[in-house]
Amino acid sequence: MVIMTTALALIELTPTGAIRPSARMLLAAAARLGDPVAVVVAAPHKSEGLLAELGSLGAARVVVATSNTDGLLLAHEVEALVAAANAGPITAILAANSVEGREVAARVAVRLRAALAVDIVDITLEAGSVVATHSVLGGAYLVQSTAESGPLVATIRLGAIGDRAAAATPEVMEVAIDVDTSRFAVVNAAADAVFEAGRRDLRGASRVVSGGRGIGSQENFALVEQLADALGAAVGASRAAVDAGYIAQSAQVGQTGVTVTPDLYVALGISGAIQHRAGMQTAKTIVVINKDANAPLFDIADFGVVGDVFTVVPQLIEAIRERSR
Amino acid sequence: MKILVLVKQVPDTWGERSLDSVTGALIRTTGEQVIDEIDERALEVALQYKDATNAEVVAVTMGPARAIDVLRKSLAMGADSGIHLVDDSLAGSDLGWTARALAGVIALDGFDLVIAGNESTDGRGGVIPAMIAEHLGVPNATFLDTVTIAPNSVAGERATDYGTVDVSASLPAVISITERSAEPRFPSFRGILGAKKKPVKTISLSDLQLDSEPSRSLVHSTSKRPPHSAGTKVIDAGDAGMQLAKFLADNRLI
Repeated sequence: MVIMTTALALIELTPTGAIRPSARMLLAAAARLGDPVAVVVAAPHKSEGLLAELGSLGAARVVVATSNTDGLLLAHEVEALVAAANAGPITAILAANSVEGREVAARVAVRLRAALAVDIVDITLEAGSVVATHSVLGGAYLVQSTAESGPLVATIRLGAIGDRAAAATPEVMEVAIDVDTSRFAVVNAAADAVFEAGRRDLRGASRVVSGGRGIGSQENFALVEQLADALGAAVGASRAAVDAGYIAQSAQVGQTGVTVTPDLYVALGISGAIQHRAGMQTAKTIVVINKDANAPLFDIADFGVVGDVFTVVPQLIEAIRERSR
Repeated sequence: MKILVLVKQVPDTWGERSLDSVTGALIRTTGEQVIDEIDERALEVALQYKDATNAEVVAVTMGPARAIDVLRKSLAMGADSGIHLVDDSLAGSDLGWTARALAGVIALDGFDLVIAGNESTDGRGGVIPAMIAEHLGVPNATFLDTVTIAPNSVAGERATDYGTVDVSASLPAVISITERSAEPRFPSFRGILGAKKKPVKTISLSDLQLDSEPSRSLVHSTSKRPPHSAGTKVIDAGDAGMQLAKFLADNRLI
């Protein structure tokens, strides 16, 4: 009999118990490395609805972790992965590179004395060993790494892996989890952010329009939002624009802030400090509009306009509307 | 209360940064090296509690000899003392080995609360605080936008990729804070002068009792990605918006 090695994928759920979109990517990656096993923490009566969806995403097996303790921060996720990892040979433990996914991966790696790779953008099995690819310093470098021994614990950047595993009919395994309550923080309340109608989340956005210091004021930032709406894009900003109070810090693209890899990135009035480039230079198509012809961001622009954003952008919006008529 | 703040020396994010093509490690010998700005905020959170309660604040760093600069800066801002873990064998440590060493320092010195930045501006891993908490067997509350420290507990609002979570933990615990947590103070003239008299303890790995060795992360290859090259650049003569719309349409982006 062949002993199948497996790869574990930690499935993230919303506060109301729905499967988060990261599950597709994680199961696709796990399927490259072994039998893909979805590990999910859910009350038994709620897990049935999840099985069909996890099967459609390629889970060969679903480990449902249940526990009688509740309200501990990520405790069950950690213990469920450790239990599943100790149950048989595994090649890798995969989680999303979200705040939660990183934290679970961190604790699991320490517990298992396993190597940890975070924010990877690709993962493959080569000659029996798991190779992780990292995009480092804002995408300026690609680094490949493996674990010295044992399984690799890895977090995968949201949206980095595009494929999908073949659908399967998963077997289900329920595991009861014991948690040492003194080792974990307590969750008092949790809520997903609600986006304003029509506003898109910057992370994972396929199009982003960002404004910088050149926009001039909080009122003028409406122009950035109008172009974003015309293009169906998320709104971003440079650190200078955030520091000047034009827009909330959550919109900051750059080394300190969000890293984006959209199909289209439009920079309005952004000069392009390294700080900002580190967060957006892996965009497929980059458009820059700036009245300063020497702005360094022009060096990486597929299409650059030296001009006033307040005349060029309204004309662009009008032209987009014309074309959609 | 004894608060340990983790501070790190990093290349200034306003300058060019590069990787060693063989080891894949960050080159730390060229360019300006500064205290990570997120760690100044972590220190500020600790100092605000110290201002209110007279807690003891210890700045802890791991790094080569010149990383002592970040401890001097921390002392000038108001930390009471510093600990510098310096050991040649730590050069190029991966996440697992870094967390193990830092946890060893923290266990050696004793603590009620460890405060770190949510992620460094160079590695951006964001996992070291949780790894340390696991080594120490204590709760962690990371990525906190707001922090409330009490004599026996810590609480705050955690910013996640999807929303917010209100969390709390009993002490001892490890927390990490985000850019939104606190605006760091500037060292006063008196603070800078006083820093010279504050104690800094230098320790090496042999001083620590460490957990068993984790599997290492081995770098296979490092390649510089070709930079995104410049394409068309036009100077607006009244129709640049139209030209841009055509470019977007030709590339099926509208």
